[in-house]
Amino acid sequence: MALANPKGTVLPSMNQPAAEIVQFDNVGLRYGAGREVLADVSFTLYPGCFYFLTGASGAGKTSLLKLLYLAQRPSRGLIRMFGTDAITLPRERLPGFRRRIGVVFQDFRLVPHLSAWDNVALPLRVAGQAEQDIAKPVSDMLEWVGLGDRFDARPATLSGGEQQRVAIARAVIARPDVLVADEPTGNVDPDMAIKLLRLFESLNRLGTTVVVATHDLHLIRKVPDSLIMRLDKGKLADPTGALRYPPRRQRQDGATALDAADLP
Amino acid sequence: MRQLAATLPRRLRALGGEGESRLLPEARLSGPMPWVIAIMIALTVVAAASALALRHAAAAASADLEGGVTVQIVSAAPAERQRQSQTALDVLRRAPGVLHAEAVPQDQLNALVEPWLGTRTGDDLDALPIPALIDVRLRAAATPAALDALRTALARQAPAAHVDAQSSWLAPVFRAIGALQWAAGGLIALFAFATASAVLLAARNALGIHRETIEVVHMLGATDLQIARVFQRSMATDAAMGGLVGLLAGVVTTLGLGRQFSALGSGMVAQGSLAWTDWMVLVAIPIAGVLLVMVTARLTVLAALRRML
Repeated sequence: MALANPKGTVLPSMNQPAAEIVQFDNVGLRYGAGREVLADVSFTLYPGCFYFLTGASGAGKTSLLKLLYLAQRPSRGLIRMFGTDAITLPRERLPGFRRRIGVVFQDFRLVPHLSAWDNVALPLRVAGQAEQDIAKPVSDMLEWVGLGDRFDARPATLSGGEQQRVAIARAVIARPDVLVADEPTGNVDPDMAIKLLRLFESLNRLGTTVVVATHDLHLIRKVPDSLIMRLDKGKLADPTGALRYPPRRQRQDGATALDAADLP
Repeated sequence: MRQLAATLPRRLRALGGEGESRLLPEARLSGPMPWVIAIMIALTVVAAASALALRHAAAAASADLEGGVTVQIVSAAPAERQRQSQTALDVLRRAPGVLHAEAVPQDQLNALVEPWLGTRTGDDLDALPIPALIDVRLRAAATPAALDALRTALARQAPAAHVDAQSSWLAPVFRAIGALQWAAGGLIALFAFATASAVLLAARNALGIHRETIEVVHMLGATDLQIARVFQRSMATDAAMGGLVGLLAGVVTTLGLGRQFSALGSGMVAQGSLAWTDWMVLVAIPIAGVLLVMVTARLTVLAALRRML
């Protein structure tokens, strides 16, 4: 698998701080005239880090992810992505930013009239890659997620788990700088869940910042170096301040995020 | 081998230039759009062919009549009419600027009035005071000055002579043809407007149907132009299919109408046939239709996408 590369992890530290890839500062979000679904959310994501986003249903996880993959603008606050103010980013520059973000939607959102193969090829085609350069990586990716014999299957003929794997393959095929996944293993068996998690980790080791929204504590425990973001009624619980002010060498001291996090 | 078999259909599609074009379902003749365009193109082709044929008929008639002058000798006395007619003919043949002058034979005059007066056995049309006619062809156009010169030349020796330019008789016909041409142009503009409106509605409808797909593709980093291009291409395919059907229908209708008008045997109508350049204009109509559809679809989709994040 081309993604397998154990070297090259990018780690943030106070001595040699990596440029933050995402920065939220007092971000609030409300839909229409309703109450704020996110309030005073502040955190920083660094390149090459692995984050889990957790919280009860309705806590605002999906809304936060929407802000992360630029499907929504916040009602207030500051968001910087890739060193640029994302709030005032002109509309015509959004596609360039979005191509750097891979998204696994909770409801997969596969294009119904396209085959599994064409769905996975979409990000590469959108990025303007030549057809001959697309064929091998797309086929390899589908083989890797166990769908080598379902290339031409339409989403409607795939099971929930198969659709989820196609959605994940589509999200990672272009090796994004940030991978945002909303409950990415909800419909797959435990073995496949672990396998997909390993795929995310491989991508993470290549420098991709991974943000996975999940309720699955078992899954979180499988990634000891991960950081936890916990949302509670639209507010981000950051008891240690690690999300806003990452401690020095936070990922190399052996402590797992779970040790400090106050999980539900 | 198994993989080659699995990927072969996709490789063949790639050869056909697929890619972003497959973001939306392929255009099919089963939808209403190609047929709407086919009807619009067929009507436009017939309207344009009519306008072109009318233009030719008017131009040919105008050229024929440009130097034509009719001299009538209006006298109730047959002998005097005959005398003045012969004198006028001599004067006209000597007059400068006259190419040709010839008296219209009596049997032709009788034939001209026959539809109004009938031909019963024993009728003597020669006894009727029908004006003698002289058909004159000038070297140049029958301008008012040229007509005045002829009138002056005839005034003394053939005082019963009335000189008229032939084109003046058909002036109302030319005006009517001009009005019909404008009407055809107006119809073509209306058809174009109706086509653009239909495309606008179809594009909005397609945007609504494929909104989910568009949102996903947007999230994957597609630009508005990429998405608009997909719609544009899809609708252009619809328009091309509809345009071809419409062109065929329009041409068949035009040929059928042409045959019917030819059967009338009227000289003016016969001169209204289409030249090869006119057929090229008709062939260009579906091409213009496809361009109109593409531009309309593009602008509609871009305007709608601008309202999305």
